[in-house]
Amino acid sequence: MARRGGLGTSLVIIALLALAWCALAAVVANSYYLLMLTLVPIWAVMGLSWNLLSGYTGLVSFGHAAFFGLGAYTVVIALIRFDLTPWFGIPLGTLVGALAGIVIGYPTFRLRGHYFALSMLAYPMALLYVFVWLGYQEVALPMKRAEPAWFMQFADYRVYVALAVGLLVVALLVSLAVERSRFGMSLLAIKQNEPAAEAAGIDTLKWKMRAVMLSGALAAAAGGLYAVVLLVVTPESVFGVLTSAQALVVTLFGGVGTLWGPVIGAAILIPLSETLQAELGDVLPGIQGVVYGVAILLVILLAPEGIYWRLRDRFYRPRRAPPAEMDASADTEAAAAPAELPARDPILRVSGLNKSFGGLRAVADVGFEVHAGEILGIIGPNGAGKTTLFNLLNGFLRLDDGEIVFDGHSMIGLKPNRVCRFGIGRTFQVVRSFARMSLLHNVVVGAYAVTTNDADAFRLAREALRRVALSAEADDMAGKLTNKQLRLMELARALAGRPRLLLLDEPLAGLGSAEVEDVLALLRSISAGGVTIVIIEHTMRAMVRLAGRFIVLDHGRVLASGLPNEVTNDRNVVEAYLGAKWAAIRAAD
Amino acid sequence: MQSFGVFAETFLQALTAGLLVGAIYGLMCVGLGLIFGVMRVINFAQGDFLMLGMYVTLYLVAGIALLPFQSSTAVPFVAAIVAGPILCAAGYLLHRALISRVTGTRAAGVEGEGHYAQLILTLGLSLIVQNGGLILFGSTPQSVRTALSSRAWEIPLRFNDTAALFLNQARTIAALVSIVVAVALYWIINRSRLGKMLRAAADNSMAATYMGIDVDRAHRIAFGIGIGVTAVAGGLVATFNPFQPYVGLDYVIIMYAGVVLGGMGSILGAYWGGMTIGLVQQLSTLVLPTQLQNATIFVVFLLIVLIRPQGLFGRASERV
Repeated sequence: MARRGGLGTSLVIIALLALAWCALAAVVANSYYLLMLTLVPIWAVMGLSWNLLSGYTGLVSFGHAAFFGLGAYTVVIALIRFDLTPWFGIPLGTLVGALAGIVIGYPTFRLRGHYFALSMLAYPMALLYVFVWLGYQEVALPMKRAEPAWFMQFADYRVYVALAVGLLVVALLVSLAVERSRFGMSLLAIKQNEPAAEAAGIDTLKWKMRAVMLSGALAAAAGGLYAVVLLVVTPESVFGVLTSAQALVVTLFGGVGTLWGPVIGAAILIPLSETLQAELGDVLPGIQGVVYGVAILLVILLAPEGIYWRLRDRFYRPRRAPPAEMDASADTEAAAAPAELPARDPILRVSGLNKSFGGLRAVADVGFEVHAGEILGIIGPNGAGKTTLFNLLNGFLRLDDGEIVFDGHSMIGLKPNRVCRFGIGRTFQVVRSFARMSLLHNVVVGAYAVTTNDADAFRLAREALRRVALSAEADDMAGKLTNKQLRLMELARALAGRPRLLLLDEPLAGLGSAEVEDVLALLRSISAGGVTIVIIEHTMRAMVRLAGRFIVLDHGRVLASGLPNEVTNDRNVVEAYLGAKWAAIRAAD
Repeated sequence: MQSFGVFAETFLQALTAGLLVGAIYGLMCVGLGLIFGVMRVINFAQGDFLMLGMYVTLYLVAGIALLPFQSSTAVPFVAAIVAGPILCAAGYLLHRALISRVTGTRAAGVEGEGHYAQLILTLGLSLIVQNGGLILFGSTPQSVRTALSSRAWEIPLRFNDTAALFLNQARTIAALVSIVVAVALYWIINRSRLGKMLRAAADNSMAATYMGIDVDRAHRIAFGIGIGVTAVAGGLVATFNPFQPYVGLDYVIIMYAGVVLGGMGSILGAYWGGMTIGLVQQLSTLVLPTQLQNATIFVVFLLIVLIRPQGLFGRASERV
């Protein structure tokens, strides 16, 4: 994800941690402490599982107990009904967890924010009652005296510690692999701005589905091992809210969106709460939950990012990369004339486009063609339907009726990421950046659309940044940039996907006049490089110098189209902008 | 014909039970809906305040029983109403101490408008109240029983001489009380000056601030009233259903189901949403085993959010 380098370090730390944990178990004799040493890795796995989905995508799950419980009950039922050893039962449970991830994820990912969190809560709650109804109130694992090892029943508790640590290592490696690939980067992009990720060519649903499958599998594995270790399973203990809360709490406490957060959180909170439960549980039966509740409050109020990030910010300062060489070509761009008269084939053909919101016809019977290589300006008063038109073109909105053909392919019904992959890039009226990712990573997300090779993606991203003269800021966080830099970054992100057609939604908004000149020059050079541009803009003075041809929208309809002079003198256009009175005055002149 | 008569009788019985329970669910949903409508905050701990309402009612009833004069059957209902202002004050203070740190003006401009912090903070609160409740009240299920709990009014049905509709007296009175409270709240919100302030803060907090309304205060009041109203509903439920400290979780889902069904942000919608959930819950017993009654609610909730997240009365809108 945001930090490359140090793969070796991470692996070494994981290995040392595993060894140290096992060594600790080897010297501890007390079986209660050994149980603790087993529970910490199990809950760390649960935390990593939660982190994989919620930490990276930002979709808070209150229902990871569903996966945990299914894993636990799969192991138990397989053993009781089919005499299947947990050695197979746990992998089977893991599979069940992944399947549950698909079944739960597919419908639930239509929701965001509150709705997502609450519906995730409903799954384990419903399962809890179902398992009670099925008659599994309290199921104990039968003792297998004949072949204890075959049924994962060991007299020596240290074996369980080793198993739990083994599972933790697997979970850490999985998380590491995710974090360091385009998988993790895509999830982070989704967390920070899902529409932007989608428009940049990231198939957001696909990545979220993969995340929930992996997450469900890990949680189910943790649940399965938990059942084997504790020997008894009740619906409340595995499907209960406390289970989901525990996954969330260890991660939040330790640090969200990082490998080490859940491990740190589990190592501190599990012994604390278990000890309190053991010491005071008789007198104060709910003490464990209270501890978690207080931990959550403190973390949210004092260190919302968790302990890991707090410590990291305090002790670790990232080395700044030496400023990359500026590319001269970006500044001395080819000052191409505002495109010669369009004569070539249409690259985009739109006809009979309609979109209504309730009674409002936002886009009504719009049709036009965009020729390869031209710069087409779309103008019109506020509320004319310009942005809606773009949202229809790149798939954010479903059209009611009409046809969109890009380069011979129909774009109807395609999701934004597919549209992007066909070669239509886009920027937004209000810049949509991934604020907590570096500039380079913001742009890399756009490059994933055209290459499956991550190194290639980075090369394309650097190239795009050079194109917009932002190479020097490549490592800066997007949140720190100026408005102009953000506009350029968004342009670079679109360019990194190697588009043939760019949809630019008011790229000059909020820029000073000198800045406008820079961006205009850049747009001309992009156009000269063979990219067709459709641009929405209010600044007419800039537009007449940039666009070769105009389309004027008003109340969702095409009011006029043609060369800049023709359009600006068109009576209807003047009327739409300035009102009938002005149009009359101008006509009289 | 005979079997039809039996079915009609059970159906009518479930229907009335649904309407009675629904009236109270409606009231608790209104409390949650008010908080969401004004503050745009998901209060995950709402069910646990409902649970507190139940215990406050229980202890008030126990306290009144110690008094020297003759106790009346009306006592639990009065206690439930009194629980309202008590928890309203608690909610008001809680908002000032904790909730306001992650909501309202302080949350403006934070990533995702601070929803993440709000969800998690209220989850933490919920864990503390639930488990603190377990420490304070113990895990034994309690109930506020009166003579009315086991008495019913019998309404003979016309189509069959032997058939009759039984209205449990405690449930019926509780439902009537809940309707009175809901109407009073409706009046406050739509007619009074306070209500005007709340509605202004809900509608556009920025504009309300410019008009001289203290939006944070409006939020505090809304949070307090929302908690209080739900607590009253809790006290009313306590007169006929047993409860323990973890009971809030069942009700929080019922409340969210109702609020989502009614269209989030609409207070009147929340009432009808809660009513619908009550009906669904009771009518489901006609075809499903009673153990699955609560599972039905979760499934219904999921179906609602997945199929019609804008609620029955809302309209879909998405901006990019």
